[in-house]
Amino acid sequence: MKPLYTWSAIAMVVIASTAGDILLAKAMRQIGDLGHLRQKKGIFAVVSRVLGSATFLLAVLFMTMAFFSLLIGLSWSDVSLVGPAAASLTFVTNAVAARIFLKENVDRRRWFAAIFVTAGVLLIAH
Amino acid sequence: MNQPFLGAGVDQPLPISAKIKTPHTAGERAALNFRKYLVLLSVVLFSAAGDVMLSRGMKQVGEIHLTNLGSAFSALGNLWVLLGICFLLIFFASYLNALSWADLTFVLPATAFSYVVMALLAHILLHERVSLQRWCGIMLIVAGVGFVAGGPSRTEPAPKLAQPAPELSDPKFVEARK
Repeated sequence: MKPLYTWSAIAMVVIASTAGDILLAKAMRQIGDLGHLRQKKGIFAVVSRVLGSATFLLAVLFMTMAFFSLLIGLSWSDVSLVGPAAASLTFVTNAVAARIFLKENVDRRRWFAAIFVTAGVLLIAH
Repeated sequence: MNQPFLGAGVDQPLPISAKIKTPHTAGERAALNFRKYLVLLSVVLFSAAGDVMLSRGMKQVGEIHLTNLGSAFSALGNLWVLLGICFLLIFFASYLNALSWADLTFVLPATAFSYVVMALLAHILLHERVSLQRWCGIMLIVAGVGFVAGGPSRTEPAPKLAQPAPELSDPKFVEARK
């Protein structure tokens, strides 16, 4: 029963953080390079620009869901299983979602990275 | 030299693409890269340390049962959980910074090195058993990092404004206009 609980928590983390990551990347792309913005207009401009973005706030909502799922998962299993498993699976789903929703150029190099990470996750999980 | 056609646009405002400040001195560029590496390193270290602290805290809090999910909130009273959250907030700020100048599909694998740091910290501080198989898995993830680290951090669709109209740059066309 416990592995089922653990993997349900991991699945929740993956779904919620993929949605969060995509929205976050979208928000940050709209805002632009934070380092340059800070140099030109100061840290308060950066904070207000980021916190004022509706896409960012929605992303935070999803990431909060992912965080609490992670907390629950950690109480059921080891960090060296839950942490890498959730984060690496998220990486694979993110590669697909980034291509579809952000129109990112996921080239061969990045797909190879996805395959290696997936293989790594399989080894970690068993 | 009379170049009425090519000279016609000189007094016109430059197209938007030409106004973007692209040239940097070598020093500026190096500083920029150093800053970016520092941001990526900060993502790696703070996410790994934060997760390990959370794990330590949750072990003290004990298992959360499905019948009592509200007890997940009581975990916020644990010092290690709070410290973990602080570290993860710093991680989050660095992550936001990285996403503002790089693709999501670059940032995620480039910072995958945090799994190795996490496994090391869990092994040393939490005395978790990291098996040979798990180490192999972690090594594969690191290899995945190698694949993206050498590539461009941001991929953009080809800018339309940067390309001059073909007839303007075609010497035969210019010759014909004279």
